[in-house]
Amino acid sequence: MLQFIFKRLLHMIPLLLGVSLLTFLLMAMSPGNYFTALQQNPQISPDTIARLKAQFHLDRPWYVQYVFWLKNVLSGNFGYSMAYKISATSLIMARLWNTFLLSFSALIIAWGIAIPLGIWAAVKKDSWVDHACSFVAFVGLSVPDVLLSLLALWFAAATGLFPVGGAESPLYDFMPSAQQFWDHAHHLILPAIVLAASDLAGIMRQMRSNLLDTLRAEYVTAARARGLGEGRVVWKHALRNAINPLLTIFGYSLAALLSGAFIVENIMAWPGLGRLTMEAFFAKDSYLVVDCVVMATALLVIGNFIADILLAWNDPRIRLK
Amino acid sequence: METAAPISAVEAKVPLSPWQLFWQRLKRRKIAMTGGVILIFLYTVSIFAGFIAPYRYDQINNNSFFHPPIWPSLQGFHLVVPRYEQGASVFDYREVPNDTKPLHFFVHTDKYKLFGFIPASIHFFGAGDDNYPVYLFGADQFGRDVFSRLLYGSQISLSIGIIGISISFALGMIIGGISGYFSGLTDTLIMRLCELVMSIPALYLIISLRNTFPPGMSSAQVYAMIIIILSFIGWASMARVIRGMTLSIREQQFVLAARALGQSHLKIIVRHILPNTLSYVIVAATLSVPYYILGEVVLSFLGVGIQEPSASWGNMLTAAQNTEYLKNYPWLLAPGAAIFVTVLAFNFLGDGLRDAADTKSL
Amino acid sequence: MNLLEIKNLKMDFGKGAEALRAIDDVSFTIGAGETVCLVGESGCGKTVTALSIARLVPTPPANYVGGEILLNGRDTLKMSTRELQQIRGGVVSYVFQDPGASLNPVFRIGNQIKESLKLHKPEKANDAEVIRLLKLVGIPAPESRINNYPFEMSGGMQQRVMIAMALASEPKLLVADEPTTALDVTIQAQILDLLSELKERLGMAILLITHNLGIVGDMADRVAVMYAGQIVELSPARELLRRPLHPYTRALMNSVPKLRGDADRLSAIPGNVPRIGNFPPGCRFAPRCPIAKPECSEKNPELLEVELGRFVRCPFWK
Repeated sequence: MLQFIFKRLLHMIPLLLGVSLLTFLLMAMSPGNYFTALQQNPQISPDTIARLKAQFHLDRPWYVQYVFWLKNVLSGNFGYSMAYKISATSLIMARLWNTFLLSFSALIIAWGIAIPLGIWAAVKKDSWVDHACSFVAFVGLSVPDVLLSLLALWFAAATGLFPVGGAESPLYDFMPSAQQFWDHAHHLILPAIVLAASDLAGIMRQMRSNLLDTLRAEYVTAARARGLGEGRVVWKHALRNAINPLLTIFGYSLAALLSGAFIVENIMAWPGLGRLTMEAFFAKDSYLVVDCVVMATALLVIGNFIADILLAWNDPRIRLK
Repeated sequence: METAAPISAVEAKVPLSPWQLFWQRLKRRKIAMTGGVILIFLYTVSIFAGFIAPYRYDQINNNSFFHPPIWPSLQGFHLVVPRYEQGASVFDYREVPNDTKPLHFFVHTDKYKLFGFIPASIHFFGAGDDNYPVYLFGADQFGRDVFSRLLYGSQISLSIGIIGISISFALGMIIGGISGYFSGLTDTLIMRLCELVMSIPALYLIISLRNTFPPGMSSAQVYAMIIIILSFIGWASMARVIRGMTLSIREQQFVLAARALGQSHLKIIVRHILPNTLSYVIVAATLSVPYYILGEVVLSFLGVGIQEPSASWGNMLTAAQNTEYLKNYPWLLAPGAAIFVTVLAFNFLGDGLRDAADTKSL
Repeated sequence: MNLLEIKNLKMDFGKGAEALRAIDDVSFTIGAGETVCLVGESGCGKTVTALSIARLVPTPPANYVGGEILLNGRDTLKMSTRELQQIRGGVVSYVFQDPGASLNPVFRIGNQIKESLKLHKPEKANDAEVIRLLKLVGIPAPESRINNYPFEMSGGMQQRVMIAMALASEPKLLVADEPTTALDVTIQAQILDLLSELKERLGMAILLITHNLGIVGDMADRVAVMYAGQIVELSPARELLRRPLHPYTRALMNSVPKLRGDADRLSAIPGNVPRIGNFPPGCRFAPRCPIAKPECSEKNPELLEVELGRFVRCPFWK
């Protein structure tokens, strides 16, 4: 198992390097120079500009810039945010945490609901439960994140049950820590549900179809033939095999989640990486855009890595063959 | 001893081709056919947008900001349109009783260009009088008819989906075919590149690419740019799958036979291998078009895609972001409903196609 | 009383107008310690008949419309779920065709065997017993094998593990559905030898399903030949092989390639096995039968005892 983990880790590093290079290249190809934009921005002091020029070598060709960017990033320095006039590092870290929080909550909600529902639909195939789940899944899959977010905002405004966007109430800084935690959670609920919604549908359908396939397998009949009760057959034997393909699509699910988070953050004003990316875009802060993209990719790559580990742990064929 | 009765009393029938079998299986799936019909309807309407829409997409009416929907009603055997007047507060409209005008079909009102280049002024319906507007889905913040803008917007949003998919899937098939067929270094390099592209969450990659283009571009340029960006996202996952399929198809006897006959590599890939992947590609394409449509919608919604005054379903939704507007003028969400119906139809159709192609099921 | 008595079993797939009869009036018995072979081509209904003994065919879509299956005198078709779970493994055990597919790929084999023991013989659910069973079926170095996953073993070994699992609960009847079809010929012989040996040692009855007449000769005490959902001949093995009575059985025997004599064309039975739902009227074999007469297509003949212990479904068997 350790060998497997090690090989995977080794694989991740060139991937992240490649992504950072690609994104940097895309930035370099954009018309209008980051450096000139900096110089022309009246709100940034000449000292800051000089410091950035020295650190990132902004007057040199793009490949030189890339090397120094990489060096800085690896030592934790993400540069400067033109939109917020502060060091980008703490900004990115805070936003990264928020995106992670949102995505992870949505993940738990989506999988936590979809898996039991999928199992139920499979075990009670063709009953009203099954048909209802299929219908909800279809609709859920078809409602775009954009629409759902707007509807959620409207719902929050109309009922007053939830805050309309944002991650904190205006008086957040004055609250005691316990209240701060609940305030944050309260703001997280709607965005997380919106984000989970479309993922949920896909996973539920997949779980149902996987379990139905597994229940037709010969080892399930063999297990029944040995006298195992139906519950045991489903939960012990069928489920572990049915989960495997799901762990495989976990990676795609995570990618969809991070993309979806981009939309939800921007519409519902959740201060995550997605929102920061757009803010950087409008402020013509290309370096910050690159930073955001690379960090988001890192989240995805690490997520995939964890999914691979889970898959290998669940299915001995993957790690031993 | 008599000879036995004829062996199998099954009449010899002309066997159906795989495509005919596929079509028969598809016809049996009502839900898929419904999806297909809806899509044909939507695309047809979108082509004739200029004709069906009673107004132009950029027609501002200062008296109709946020006007609620106006529907014709039946009076005897005629369809008539009521008149509205300004109420007490701002954006408050009230129906004037007993003041209606008949609704005509094929009226001559504002000029437009059918299909983008044929000058015309016939519209499908209208009352012919500016005091009696027909706003089927209400009016937006500039007094423009939402229904008309919805139709013009459909031209952009729906076409981008189809064109984007065609380009990126064609790319994906060729690249995947080459990669799987030649193997070795080419294969490794291409697959690494695919993995790279697929590792970046889609919307982040879209914004990176958008960043590469200058901010101020003409409508036509923006349209082309969106297609280029979306194609860049989609080819990688298609290439991966086609490459996998090519690896196995390549080992089959008919490929060996083609090689023995002296066919060139490219010919083999295009004529023999890729057609065998078609059943997968068609299903995948149908199920992926919604993502392309949504890509354009998100870009335009965030303000970096199709710009005003052009209409696209994405930029029409920007107004709905204001919760006050949304509470009071819910018809602003009409584009959202249109997107939902389109995506639903594609999902119905794609699901049915997939079931029809899967010969192991009923 | 016989260990197993199947009486006039009738089973359909589907209900009402769309019902397709898969098992049509099947009857045979198996005595304690007896080996009965159920022979027939694919699609004749032998697998579903065998699965029916422990009610392993999912209902729906299957539908038992007549007959009974008496296992030690109790009808399995009427048993409660609880009783079924007790007899499954406890009285009747199964060995299936593809051992690779019958073992759960994510659990170690020791684990899977112990599971069977826990159910039926909990006092023996320990590693020592598992090792004993593995030794019994001839697996070398069982102490290390106990922790293997199924994919780490060859096909022959996997089948031995399946047999070990089936024997764990000391069943009275072992149903083996084409246990050697998926294996190499040399391994086939080994597995069959193993089954014979176990039968002797444990006094088990075996229902062996096969389409290979060679196996019948080696293993069977009695043989039942099935065609299109019906039993067409039922007889002691030696008699059947020496002098088959039903035209179908005769045709089957003829189609076995002979190594001696004229090396002429292979003789095959013309036509195809009728598919379920498309059975011809009257005798189902009539369209392909070399001695068919017009009245054969009118009425489906009964299964009659024509000699001592020999049953045939054909009036012209002579």
